[in-house]
Amino acid sequence: MTINFGNPDRPNSYIGRTVPRPNARRLVEGRGRYVDDIVLPRMLHVAFVRSPHGHARILAIDTGAASAVPGVRRVFTGADIAEFCSPWVAVLAHLKGLKSAPQHPLAMERATWTGEAVVAVVADTRAAAEDGAALVEVEYETLPVVTDIRTALDETTPLIHSELGDNLAFRRLHEHGEVDAVFAGAHTVVEASFKTARHTGVCVEPRSILADYNPAEGQMTVYHSTQAPHMMQSVIAQHLDMPEGRVRVICGDVGGSYGIKVHVYPDEMATVAISRAMGRPVKFIADRIESFATDIHARDHEIDARIAVDGDGRILGIDVDDWTGIGPYSVYPRTSAIEGNQVVNLCGGPYDFAAYRARTTVVLQNKAPTCQYRAVGHPIAVAITEGLVDFAAEALGLDPVEMRRRNLIRDDAYPCTSPANMRFEGLSHHASLTKLLELMDYDGLRAEQAALREKGIHRGIGIASFIELTNPSPFMYGIGGARISAQDGCTVRMDPDGSVVAMSGVTEQGQGTEAMLSQIVAEAVGVPVTRVKVVTGDTQTTPYGGGTWASRGAGIGGEAALQAGLALKDSILTVAGSMLQCAPDGLDIVDGQVCDKAGGEARMPLEELGRIVYFRGDTLPKDLPRELVQTRHFITSDYPFAFTNGVQASYLEVDTETGFVKLLKHWCVEDCGRVINPQLVDEQIRGGIVQGLGGALFEECHYDEDGQLLNANMADYLVPMAAEMPDMVIGHVETPTQESLLGAKGAGEAGTAGAPAAVMNAVNDALRPLGGRVTQMPFTPARILASIGVE
Amino acid sequence: MKAAAAGYVRANDLSHAISLLAASEGQARVLAGGQSLIASLNLRLAGETALIDINGVTELCGIALDGDVLRIGALTRHRELATSDLVARHAPAISQAAPLIAHAAIRNRGTIGGSLAYADPAAELPACMIALDATIVVQGPAGRRGVRATDFFIDLFTTDLGEDEMIVAIEVPACAPGERQVTMELARRSGDYALAGIVLVRRENGARVAFFGVGPTAVLARAAMAVIDREGSPDEAAAVLDQDIQPLDDVHAPASVRLHLARVLLRRALNATLAAEVGHV
Ligand SMILES: Cc1cc2nc3c(=O)[nH]c(=O)nc-3n(C[C@H](O)[C@H](O)[C@H](O)COP(=O)(O)OP(=O)(O)OC[C@H]3O[C@@H](n4cnc5c(N)ncnc54)[C@H](O)[C@@H]3O)c2cc1C
Repeated sequence: MTINFGNPDRPNSYIGRTVPRPNARRLVEGRGRYVDDIVLPRMLHVAFVRSPHGHARILAIDTGAASAVPGVRRVFTGADIAEFCSPWVAVLAHLKGLKSAPQHPLAMERATWTGEAVVAVVADTRAAAEDGAALVEVEYETLPVVTDIRTALDETTPLIHSELGDNLAFRRLHEHGEVDAVFAGAHTVVEASFKTARHTGVCVEPRSILADYNPAEGQMTVYHSTQAPHMMQSVIAQHLDMPEGRVRVICGDVGGSYGIKVHVYPDEMATVAISRAMGRPVKFIADRIESFATDIHARDHEIDARIAVDGDGRILGIDVDDWTGIGPYSVYPRTSAIEGNQVVNLCGGPYDFAAYRARTTVVLQNKAPTCQYRAVGHPIAVAITEGLVDFAAEALGLDPVEMRRRNLIRDDAYPCTSPANMRFEGLSHHASLTKLLELMDYDGLRAEQAALREKGIHRGIGIASFIELTNPSPFMYGIGGARISAQDGCTVRMDPDGSVVAMSGVTEQGQGTEAMLSQIVAEAVGVPVTRVKVVTGDTQTTPYGGGTWASRGAGIGGEAALQAGLALKDSILTVAGSMLQCAPDGLDIVDGQVCDKAGGEARMPLEELGRIVYFRGDTLPKDLPRELVQTRHFITSDYPFAFTNGVQASYLEVDTETGFVKLLKHWCVEDCGRVINPQLVDEQIRGGIVQGLGGALFEECHYDEDGQLLNANMADYLVPMAAEMPDMVIGHVETPTQESLLGAKGAGEAGTAGAPAAVMNAVNDALRPLGGRVTQMPFTPARILASIGVE
Repeated sequence: MKAAAAGYVRANDLSHAISLLAASEGQARVLAGGQSLIASLNLRLAGETALIDINGVTELCGIALDGDVLRIGALTRHRELATSDLVARHAPAISQAAPLIAHAAIRNRGTIGGSLAYADPAAELPACMIALDATIVVQGPAGRRGVRATDFFIDLFTTDLGEDEMIVAIEVPACAPGERQVTMELARRSGDYALAGIVLVRRENGARVAFFGVGPTAVLARAAMAVIDREGSPDEAAAVLDQDIQPLDDVHAPASVRLHLARVLLRRALNATLAAEVGHV
């Protein structure tokens, strides 16, 4: 089977076109259904008493006054919950040496970060539960707190979990080539230290869960705002000691997730355990303070790095020492070692060089746990790499574009393997850079920059090439022992009226998965896109799958949908051939009509075929297959990951008196293989860029030395907002993957991966005449002013 | 979080509002735009408190020029301040300040009385009052009194307002011919409370400079004013600012940066009043 994607006039040509999102109107009109919209009979609400200390022993808990509050039904301590839910240890076999301590839904003997849930108060309303929570008395003995990353492993630093022996969760050293020799003999070596700030995802809809255990059926139904329903089904079953088949996870509308909602949260597990204990539906909706203090954080990295180049600016070696703090526990079940591991995998990714050493050191801290958040590790690795490349160019007096031209892997060099052992099937760094320079009029911009500098206006241009890991195989989690599916499936069904229902294991988080699936299925079967209804997010009715993470929805879920749709088309044509007395391969389906493949002449509408199959099957030959339901699964197997690539540019102005940065414009050219829906892809890139710009300029979780989170609110944790965002120009180069018919790779994280580095390079470009250089994100006025010696 | 249960009464008129306030003996709070109060109730910071809703009290509404005094009712919304011709003509510093307050939805509800009573040190309007040498008119069971803005703001979120008193209006000396007024601020994102802000009023009898966001209250920069009045340069005025303001370190900026930004603002505001005819910058 092939599809002539190159011909936009082919029949049913939905793939490659912008089609409206089927759920947009519903959401815009406020007719969506989020977890908090669901109200069940006899439903209770839970509020949590959370640790006010970064690290403390729990000496006593008095729940008497809380239990007496009108409306309060029951109060649970850690020990109470532990009877219903077993602890977990978030390690994976392929991350050698990774260690973590057993974690319970509620803290047992010790609380290990401010915000950790200690007591659960269950009441008729959330307000009553909070009234009760305010009256729970917990007696704590405060313990020494570990916050600093670099000293976490010192002899004198107290241990967070003494049974682990030290505060080291994971360390990986990767070495390729003669690194020391290369650096010793290089023409020029440039060193730099970088910091990326701890930040978090800030979903519009906070974490939400409604667990409904029905003792009469032994059935647990969980309505959950999640990215991975099947993973949650498995985790809940395992830790509540239930058969997987007795746990159903339903995920309706989701108000953003960005990786925040792909993890197992203790308070959510407590909610499920409470429902099991009480035999009633129990709802937990995180409020904004809880979100800041207990959603996973990410990107808390400190890096020392260096690059060796020859006299022509050719990169000889890169050497990276990465340190990251992940909070007191590795997060279940994906673990908190992945981000550091990605930094090792991704540094230097776009470039052709020989000697590479990277080490990541992942330490425990008394802060909120960190884990995978959109573009896991990428913004860090890209900032390190692109920062070094720019600094090396500066040292040699080379233009940053020329520096990249000399070092980016050639577009005809694929397939190839990077010094980090990443295998690339086909990338387009040079073509993407060429397109970017055209879009931004690089030379014109440089001229403008120079002219304005004469007038004391400091503008900067920053370029950042990047690679993005998408379409993961079981090499990401499965081989380590996690029950996380890298495969995904789709069932496509034709109903009597000729309409089509597609059930998919990938999920809709607001990013448009259902639009993407509907247009693929419409093209594959040959029906108008409006006749396709997509169902996602229900472990009981959709094929088993992984859900949304690592930019896999379109590349993997989309291919499964395409194959299932094509299979359904075959079955339909088998029936049609019999009915029309002709060979099925002489027929086609266009716009909901069976027609002649050759002339295009319409022969029969699908509703007629449906009528016969479902109501007058007696008129068809007895042995004629008439399966108008088809399921296909897809998993990548040739490559562990489908890498994509791209390049971004930032143009900005630094007010050198105030240290304020004004973003003027941003460009991104990226190659996600086949573009299925141009508008959706561009929106993904734009949204991703905005998140990257947030990391570059605004976002930072401020903890003090006692482990107190100082800015757990929307006024003090600055998310990027529309008024400060620049215009963004998005372009594409398409290098489809050969692993699938669809040829799509992922596009969800590219924007976030490259934007911080582009801004960093642009700020430094602007500061260069003043001798300033910043490498610690976010680039606040204070940091920029300090770099140029102003106050 | 959910607000703790609170009573609610809607006041029919000013005397009703004041009698309700007196009767509550400190247990009730006046509800104006709710843009600060409701947030603190939802965070359970304000305790269990009853609300006296003054949004129907017409005596608190309206903007009027009375001789050379501009009178602004306490219930005047930030949006009205931003769009009023009277304010633009007679108190340009306020009409420049109003669009800098928060976002449109908040400006549609938030009131000048609420902003002054709340006394956030980073708020624009208290600094406007100080720089304009406005009088805050307050009323309680004992009657009405006027308080000079410089005496009204006592400390962080603390004013001279008695427990049983409320703000009814603000009286601002109308902008005289030749007078120049500038409000400027440096905020990380549009709508944020500023890292530092300035209100500069240059009158025939001398300059008045107030800063916001750089200490526990909006402050009158007396040392800098003295330098300006003896015709010192913007740089000279900026140099003495450390005598006027002593910012604190916080998550948004170290104290030294806030002081530096205040100096930048003072230079920019002074240069703007030198360059421009009237207050609009
Ligand atoms: C997201 C956000 C951003 C904001 N950004 C800014 C900003 O940049 N700059 C800024 O200045 N403000 C900002 N604000 C605050 C906003 O301006 C508020 O409207 C204002 O501070 C309070 O006015 P209000 O009418 O809403 O008062 P309310 O919230 O109703 O009341 C605040 C307090 O004042 C008391 N009060 C109200 N009216 C009277 C009265 N007439 N007499 C006595 N006491 C009274 C109340 O009892 C309460 O204690 C922001 C608010 C939000 C939500």
